[in-house]
Amino acid sequence: MSQLLQFVFSGLTVGAVYSIVAIGFTLIYAASDVVNFAQGEFVMLGGMTTVFLVTLGLPVPLAAISAVGVAVIVGILLQKLAIERARDASPVTLIIITLGASIFIRGVASLCFDKQFHKLASFSGDAPIVIGGATILPQSLWMLGSAVLMFLALWLFLEKTLTGKALRASAANRLSARLVGINISYVLALSFGLSAALGALAGILVTPVTLTRYDIGALLALKGFSAAIFGGLGNPVGAVVGGLLLGLLESVAAGYLTSVYKDGVAFIALILILLVMPNGLFGSKLVERV
Amino acid sequence: MNGKSELYVSSRAIGLLALLIIILPIFANSNYVIRIAALVWIMGLAAVGLHILMGLAGQISLGHAGFFGIGAYASAVLPARYGVPVPLAIFAGIAASSLVAYLVGKPILRLKGHYLAIATLGFSLLVGLAITSEVSLTGGPDGMDVERLSLGGFVIEAPMIWYWISGILLIGGTAIAVVLRDSPTGRALRAILDSEIAAASMGVDVARRKLQAFVIASVYAAVAGSALALMNGFITPDVAGFMVSVEFVAMVVIGGTATPFGALIGAALLTTLPQLLASFSDYQDIVVGLIIMLSMIFLRQGIVPALGQLFRRKSR
Amino acid sequence: MSTVLEVRNLSITFGGVVAVDDVSFDAPRGEILSIIGPNGAGKTTLFNMVSGLYKPRTGTVLMDGENVSGLSPFKLARKGLSRTFQNLQVFPQQTVLDNVMVGRARWETTSLVQDLLHLPAVARQNQASRAHALSALERTGLASHAHTIAGGLSYGVLKRLEIARAIASEPRVLLLDEPAAGCNAVETEEIETMLRGLAGDVSIVLIEHDMKMVMRLSHQVLVLNQGRILARGKPDEIRSNPEVIAAYLGTHAKEVEDASN
Repeated sequence: MSQLLQFVFSGLTVGAVYSIVAIGFTLIYAASDVVNFAQGEFVMLGGMTTVFLVTLGLPVPLAAISAVGVAVIVGILLQKLAIERARDASPVTLIIITLGASIFIRGVASLCFDKQFHKLASFSGDAPIVIGGATILPQSLWMLGSAVLMFLALWLFLEKTLTGKALRASAANRLSARLVGINISYVLALSFGLSAALGALAGILVTPVTLTRYDIGALLALKGFSAAIFGGLGNPVGAVVGGLLLGLLESVAAGYLTSVYKDGVAFIALILILLVMPNGLFGSKLVERV
Repeated sequence: MNGKSELYVSSRAIGLLALLIIILPIFANSNYVIRIAALVWIMGLAAVGLHILMGLAGQISLGHAGFFGIGAYASAVLPARYGVPVPLAIFAGIAASSLVAYLVGKPILRLKGHYLAIATLGFSLLVGLAITSEVSLTGGPDGMDVERLSLGGFVIEAPMIWYWISGILLIGGTAIAVVLRDSPTGRALRAILDSEIAAASMGVDVARRKLQAFVIASVYAAVAGSALALMNGFITPDVAGFMVSVEFVAMVVIGGTATPFGALIGAALLTTLPQLLASFSDYQDIVVGLIIMLSMIFLRQGIVPALGQLFRRKSR
Repeated sequence: MSTVLEVRNLSITFGGVVAVDDVSFDAPRGEILSIIGPNGAGKTTLFNMVSGLYKPRTGTVLMDGENVSGLSPFKLARKGLSRTFQNLQVFPQQTVLDNVMVGRARWETTSLVQDLLHLPAVARQNQASRAHALSALERTGLASHAHTIAGGLSYGVLKRLEIARAIASEPRVLLLDEPAAGCNAVETEEIETMLRGLAGDVSIVLIEHDMKMVMRLSHQVLVLNQGRILARGKPDEIRSNPEVIAAYLGTHAKEVEDASN
C-alpha cells in the first residue's frame, strides 16, 4: 500500500509538470488555433537557464526570475517572428514551424549551456517527509503547491481580470473580439508569454527532482500534448486533470510493469485516447456539416 | 498544365535526375562528397516515400523515421544476432516495416491534422525507445556495427558503389511516385487530400487508400534505412528519433508537396546545408531549425512552386 | 417503370431536435423527383442519410430492391449512388478534368501493384476514364475548362463540375443538391436540358429552390416542412395544394403561376 502511495506521490509531482505544459498548449491553442510543439522547450529553458545563472554566481531567486524572463522573451519572439508571419498558413505548415522552432531552441540551448544533466538545489532540503508509510520529497510538495497556486492564479486571471476575459473572448471568436476592440496581436503575444512563463516556472520547480538537460523539451511536449488532448484540447480543466492522470499512469506503470518503457506509457496512452475518445474527457463532438 | 504535359515534365525531370546522378562523380573531388551525395539519394528516397503519403494523400506523418529505423535495424540485428544472411534481412526489414505500418495505420489513420501528427510522432518515438532499450539486441544508445552486404565474396562497402546503388534506388522510387500519380490509385489519393467526403461519395475507399499510402511510404523508408545502415557499416538509434522524423516532414514540405521532386530538393537541402554551414555538429540543430522555420514562413508553398512562379515571371 | 430508390421511414434527431421525421418516397428509374421546402426543412439532411453520411435513427433505404441501409458513402457510391453537395465538395487543387475523373473511381479496376508499376492496363484505364470524363464535361458545357485548376473557378461553374463528376460515375441514382444554385438563366436551362436527357437510365432526385425549374422538370414533387412530408404528387397537384401554398409557395406563387404559363 505504501508502495502504491509512493508511486502516487511521484506520479503527481511529474503529473503537475505535464499539467502545466498541457495548460500552456491549451492557452495557445485556444487563443490562436496553433499547436505549439515548442512548448516543452519553455520548461527546459526555465531549468537550464536558472542552473547556469546560478553557476555564474547569481542567487537562486534572481536566477529563477531571470530564467522566467528569458523564457517569456523567447515565447513572445516565437509568436511575433514565426507564428504571426505565417498566420494564414495551413495547419501542417504551422506544425512544422513550431517543430523547427523546437529544434532551433534546443540547438541554441546546447550551445549556450551544454549537453549534460543538471540539478538545482532543493528549495528546502532533501529530507524526505513520511506520509502514510510513503516518502515524499519537500521539493515535490513545492512543485505541487506551486502548481495549485499557478492554476488558481491563471483561473483568477482568466475569470476576473479584463485582460483575461479578452483572451477568452479572442479564443472563442477572433473576429468578434477584434470587432469589439480587443487587440488580437497583444492577446496572442500574451498567450505565448504566459505559457512560456508557466512552463519555465514548472521547469525550475521540478529540476531539483528530475534534473534537466538541453533535450528534455521534445518528450515533455509530447506528454503535455497527450495530457491536453486527454482533457479535450482547448479545455484548461481537462489539461490539468489529464496531466495529473498521465503522471500517475506513468508512475504506476513504471513501478509495477517496466521502468524502461516508462516513456512509452505516455505514447500508448495517447494513441489509445485519440482512438477511443478523440475529443477527450470533456471535449464536445462536432458534426461535420455538408 | 494538362495531365499529359505534367507526365511529360515529370519524365523529363527524372531524366535530368538520372543525368545529375551520372555526372556528379566527375565533379566530386573526394570520397566525402560522394558519401554526402549517396546520403542525399538515400534520404531523398525516404522523402519521396513520405511525399506519397503527405503530398498525394495529404496525411501528415511524423512517424516516418520509425520505419526508417525498422529497416535499418532489421538489416543490422538479424545478421548480427541471428545469423540471417544480409539480403534476407533487408527483405525482412521491409516486410516488418509494412506489417507494422499496416497494423499501426489501420487505427491511427482515422485521425487527422495535428492529432495524426502527434500520434505518428508518438509511434516513431516508441520505435526509438524500443531500439534504445533493447541493448542486448541493438547495442542501445551507442549503436551497433552493421555487417556489410556481400555478393559472392565481394564486399559492398566502397562509397562509390553505394553512391550508384542508392542513386538507382532513388530513380526507381521517384519513377514509381511519378507514375502512381497518374493512375486510379493516384487520383484516389489526391481526391482524399482535397475532400475525403467527396472522394468517398465517388466510390473511393478512403480508409483503404490511406492505409495503402501509409504502407507504401513505410516501404520506401525501410529500404532507405537499410541502405543507410549497410553503407555506413554502423547505425545508431537516432535514425528513428524526433529530429529525423521532423526532418523528413520538413523535406517534403520545404521542397513542395505537389511533386516528388520537391521532396528531393528538400532532402538535398536538409542533408547538405547543415554539413556545409556548420562543420561542427554542435551547430547543426540550429541550422536545421532555422532552415525549417524560414522556409515555412517565407516559401510557404515550397521551393518547387516558388521556382515555378519565378520561371513564369521571367518568361513574360 | 421499376423503382430504383426506395426510402422508408427515415428519421434522425440532432441533440433532441427532430430534423427528419418518418420520410418515405420512391424514386423510379427514368423519372425526376424534386424535393422542395423552406430552409431548414431537412432536405439536405435527408440526402445525407440516403447517401450514407449520417446514420438514420430509424428507416431503411433500398436500391433496386437491395437493402443498403447503413452502408458507408463509398459503398453506396460503388452500388451506383452519386450525389452533389449544397456547399460544394470539389477538389480545388486539381484540374476540372481530374476532378471529373475521380467520378470514375467505381469503374476503375486496376490493382495497386499495377498502378505502382504503370503496367499497360493502367494506361488503358486512364484513357477510358479520361474519355468518360471528357464526355461528361461536354454534356455539362465545361469542356473548355478541362485543364483549368478547379480552385479558381466561379461557384456556378463548380456546381456544374460536381454534376459532371456525378454523371461520369454512371450512377443508378443521382442526388442533386441545388444544382441550379448560383446559375444564371442560360446555365439553368442547360442543366434542365441535360437532366432531361439523362433521365432515361437514371433515377434523379433533386433538391431545388428554383420553382420554375422544379415545375417544368419533375415527374413528382415532394414537399418537406420541418422534417415531415407536407405533400407529394405531380407538379400540378402540388401547385394547387392549399397547405403547400400556405407553408411555402406563398412567396413563390407568382413564380409558379408564371411557370405554368
